[in-house]
Amino acid sequence: MTASVTGQARAASERQRSIFKVPLSVALSVLVALFFVAAAITPAALSTHSPFDTDLLSSLTPPASDHLLGTDDIGRDLYSRIIWGTRQSLLIGLGAMAVALTSATVLGFAAALAPRWIAEPIDRILEILLAFPTLLLALLFVALLGPSATSLLFSVGIGTAPGYARLIRAQTLKVKSSGYVEAAWALGHPGHTIFRQHIAPNAFRPLVALFALGIGQSVVWASGLSFLGLGVAPPSPEWGALLEAGKANITVAWWLEIFPGVAIVFVALSFTQIGRYIQDRLEGTLHQ
Amino acid sequence: MNAFAQAQVMSHDGMGASRLILEVRDLNVWFGQDGDSRRHVVKGVDLELYAGQCIALVGESGSGKSVTARSLIGLAGAGSRVEAANLTFEGETLLGRSDRWWRHVRGSKIGLILQDALVSLDPLRPVGKEIDEALWLHRWGDRASRREKILKILGQVGVPEPALRAKQRSGELSGGLRQRALIAAAIALHPNVVIADEPTTALDVTVQAQVLGVLKQMLARGTSIILISHDLAVVSKLADIIYVMRGGSIVEAGPRDRVLNRPRHRYTQQLIDAVPSEHTKGTRLSADGGVLRPGLFSQSRGRSSNNRVPLLDARNIVKTFRSPDGIRRTVVKGVSFTLARGETLGIVGESGSGKSTLARVALSLETPDSGEVRFEGRIWTGAVPAEQRQIRKRISVVYQDPLSSFDPRWRVSRILTDAITLANPSRAQDARQYAAALLEAVGLEPVHLDRWPLQMSGGQRQRVAIARAIATEPEIIILDEAVSALDVSVQAQILDLLTDLQAQLGISYLFISHDLGVIHHMSDRVLVMKDGKAVEQGTADQVFYHPKHAYTQSLLASLPRLEYAQLRMAASAR
Amino acid sequence: MPVISSGLDMVPADDVQPRSSSNLTRRILRRLGATLFVLWGTVTITFLVLSILPGDRATILLNIRSGQAIERTPEELAPINAAYGFDQPIAVQYIRYVSGLLHGDLGASYELQRPVLNIISEQIAPTFTLAIAALVLAWIFTIPWTLLTAGRGARLGAFGSAAETILAGLPQYWVGILLLIVFAIWLNWFPVIGGTGLVNTVLPTVTLAVPLAGFIGQSIRSEFDRAMREPFVLSARARGMSAAGVRARHVLRHALIPGITLSGWAIGHLLSGTVLVEAVFARPGLGAVLVNAVNTKDFALVSGILILNSFLYVLINFIVDLIYLVVDPRLRDKA
Repeated sequence: MTASVTGQARAASERQRSIFKVPLSVALSVLVALFFVAAAITPAALSTHSPFDTDLLSSLTPPASDHLLGTDDIGRDLYSRIIWGTRQSLLIGLGAMAVALTSATVLGFAAALAPRWIAEPIDRILEILLAFPTLLLALLFVALLGPSATSLLFSVGIGTAPGYARLIRAQTLKVKSSGYVEAAWALGHPGHTIFRQHIAPNAFRPLVALFALGIGQSVVWASGLSFLGLGVAPPSPEWGALLEAGKANITVAWWLEIFPGVAIVFVALSFTQIGRYIQDRLEGTLHQ
Repeated sequence: MNAFAQAQVMSHDGMGASRLILEVRDLNVWFGQDGDSRRHVVKGVDLELYAGQCIALVGESGSGKSVTARSLIGLAGAGSRVEAANLTFEGETLLGRSDRWWRHVRGSKIGLILQDALVSLDPLRPVGKEIDEALWLHRWGDRASRREKILKILGQVGVPEPALRAKQRSGELSGGLRQRALIAAAIALHPNVVIADEPTTALDVTVQAQVLGVLKQMLARGTSIILISHDLAVVSKLADIIYVMRGGSIVEAGPRDRVLNRPRHRYTQQLIDAVPSEHTKGTRLSADGGVLRPGLFSQSRGRSSNNRVPLLDARNIVKTFRSPDGIRRTVVKGVSFTLARGETLGIVGESGSGKSTLARVALSLETPDSGEVRFEGRIWTGAVPAEQRQIRKRISVVYQDPLSSFDPRWRVSRILTDAITLANPSRAQDARQYAAALLEAVGLEPVHLDRWPLQMSGGQRQRVAIARAIATEPEIIILDEAVSALDVSVQAQILDLLTDLQAQLGISYLFISHDLGVIHHMSDRVLVMKDGKAVEQGTADQVFYHPKHAYTQSLLASLPRLEYAQLRMAASAR
Repeated sequence: MPVISSGLDMVPADDVQPRSSSNLTRRILRRLGATLFVLWGTVTITFLVLSILPGDRATILLNIRSGQAIERTPEELAPINAAYGFDQPIAVQYIRYVSGLLHGDLGASYELQRPVLNIISEQIAPTFTLAIAALVLAWIFTIPWTLLTAGRGARLGAFGSAAETILAGLPQYWVGILLLIVFAIWLNWFPVIGGTGLVNTVLPTVTLAVPLAGFIGQSIRSEFDRAMREPFVLSARARGMSAAGVRARHVLRHALIPGITLSGWAIGHLLSGTVLVEAVFARPGLGAVLVNAVNTKDFALVSGILILNSFLYVLINFIVDLIYLVVDPRLRDKA
């Protein structure tokens, strides 16, 4: 017994210490994420050229000291265009995630907590929606709303919502059937107190991690739709639009297709990594 | 020690001096990297095993008994470092051996039996295949002869219809059969030594008795056994020599009767004293107690003087559950009981007997299909929610796993003040002081207020759960396997604490357990459950000394007990 | 520490559990019912979304055919509404739609004015081939990778899992672009412009398989690590089995179980993932048709493809469920 007690105490103190000591991959992810957030807020400060100035004399130049990531077919600086495209790309991802999580939270909670005659149909509808792959559901809404940044945001949000709703439902059900909720009933607490004190906070906790995880994925989906020509249209430096615009010159100017993709991958991986880390820590501290 | 062992063996089989099979001198095991995180879990252990002998390593969790045993088959675990002055098995050293060498020894010369065959046999494969694997790995026979051999071994360990059972998976077999299949896989090649690590733990007593019988037969056939157990009663049935371990070291070793009757080490004595049984009734099991401040409970609590109406009165409770595929299972079949003020009613039964469901019905967390529960004569099953909540405050509950019953976001202080202010809103101002007083009452200290339950030991958590249970000044506490997951010495402390609280606060207990010793120690009256029915009810002594129902009789007959003259004398002296 | 089972009386911890064949049949029938229900639901939701949400379908139809985007007069719209039944009450349209589906009629494309079913059946073969090939390839990547890196120490595990995280996070379209640039443009090993032949299928398959392998790998690994801690692993070692033997013969089978579920899910997502990959490699198939249909608002075609996709998805998941019952006998016993 003594050994296991000190073992637990040590584990706990290690956890405490590691608040200040995050893994390298997470630290790097935070740096990358901060860079892109800064680019979204003040693109001018980070870019080297104007993203819109054309220079036909230096069109399609490969990456070099003058143009870090090369230029496109009408001589615009790719690096600066990626920086200026950050805001829109991130905002769409953020907005899509907000749409997805808001609707998913309402539906997930309702499916787990509402009386049977409400919960049951919602659960069934979620099950049906899950039979539509994310991309197809998003495409359906793009088709209805027409291609634009706003419709992209809603389409991706709606496309990803059913999956999140089922996750939140499962988490809420887990909390609802937990020992501490039963203990609260047994103590004689009324239902609304139990919801306020136990169910809501514990069911909400994983949402932070989910949000971080989801932003990266939303950026990937949204850029994918733009790449298909169903989202933000090319003159805009949104990353998917950059990829679509570069497609025509793929045989001669590889950088136009590689670097916007690298930006998407960086955002996706860093936010995923941060989300995972939050998730692990929450689980680590809460459930041994 | 050598002499003891020798003497014991001679008296055991009467065949004169036996061969020394295994000798261990100064065994040390560390886990982890060098430096801070390195843990020394086995410290200078010496063991001797003679042919046909059973030695037992007894200790509580963290005593290093399992790691010691596993070092003997080269499977101490990932990141372990094993050192010894001497580690000799049948004349060959076990130190510095290659994996290939070990693989040859494991299974053929030394076998290992673990706790709970449900997970110790691959749940995805038929048990016959698991036994076959042991033979196949050591290139034993061809397919047909192996098949014959499998059936023979299964028959040997007492599995009926071996051909049928061999095709089933561990999940499809009953607890007793699957544990026998596990033993069959370990002894398929007739190893000289079998290490049995808690082989009967988590089994119902009747099944436990059967498995002990199989192990006894193995001994009779000349196999040597190293038995690892926390349960002195189990050990007393099988072992020739007992090694008592604590914190990685052996604190006492000697022949069984000497260790159990005249323990030399204080810790051994504590362990023996801590085992609750019919002999310990009315005595303390530990040397530890809480500090109960006078006036902890307010005077105003409704001790209505009406003693003719039982506090809790359950009548003909029936409860059926529907599984998702529509099959109905009646879990409680018309059980009635009463609980008077200040008394303890023990409900005992094996797993699946319906005792926990009965408790949930008594708490009105489940609505019975028929029957009713009255609290002080008022029907409270199916009462309006507000009234139910009023009654719930007067009935508390303590579960087997306290950790899961605490909100992971709450510290101890919040867990307690939540219950305190719920029962008595006027205490909101000094809830923290009151919480501190409650902690003292259950043998903890005010500093524990700011702890997370996750950081506490199992015993401390259970004390917090009890503090929460008495925070609402209840008249009844339902204890649902509340001490089942605890080490025996911690269990003893908690049982003593419960006894003290009952004496001082006059609380009634509904004490649910599968452990007959615990039930007899704690209960005034006992209700025996089997398959959802109450097969026998009566005072504890009636039920335990003069059981009427065949099931109760078989339960008591299978129960391994510490039966030593010394123990009884010790009990009566205290 | 001995933890003695007590908790739930609902779980029959002991005695031979009932295992009748009627129990199994019952389970399969329930799954079948649920499957049919989801199918009906997908049809209904598709229908509702298309008929209730904005945009007058007759106008869209006329505009697609004429290639203009202008307002139409009621006189122009009337014959279209009559021909397609848009003037009927929703309920009547719904019944006609569903009964059409039951006869295998998915309606006619607005733009191409041909039966949707014909268009789909012409284009589905390359898409389906691609999806299945990608799934198979992903498994071929994953199993040896897991056996090599999982359950063999923390460092190797961390490396394996980091690689999986990165692969799973890669957008399919960018993987495709990368492969196209490296293997088709620079190295010239594969044609740049797509067709549906074997050579043209290699890069698209790898493109879809790489992120999927990362994804399946993650779930297999966590189950693998969990199974490695189970006591049956120690039992098998104590029988004389080697560490590698235990991993391959016992643990892997446990780890594959979540991978099987994931494969059912993956088929549906691979079919939609082909949309992007077909765009990258200019490969003909259902995805290309869908993108075009979304662009032109050819709702008949969009909904046809959507329903077909979810039909396949639901059907495959039903089959996966049946496979499950074979692979994991524990599920058969469970209530």
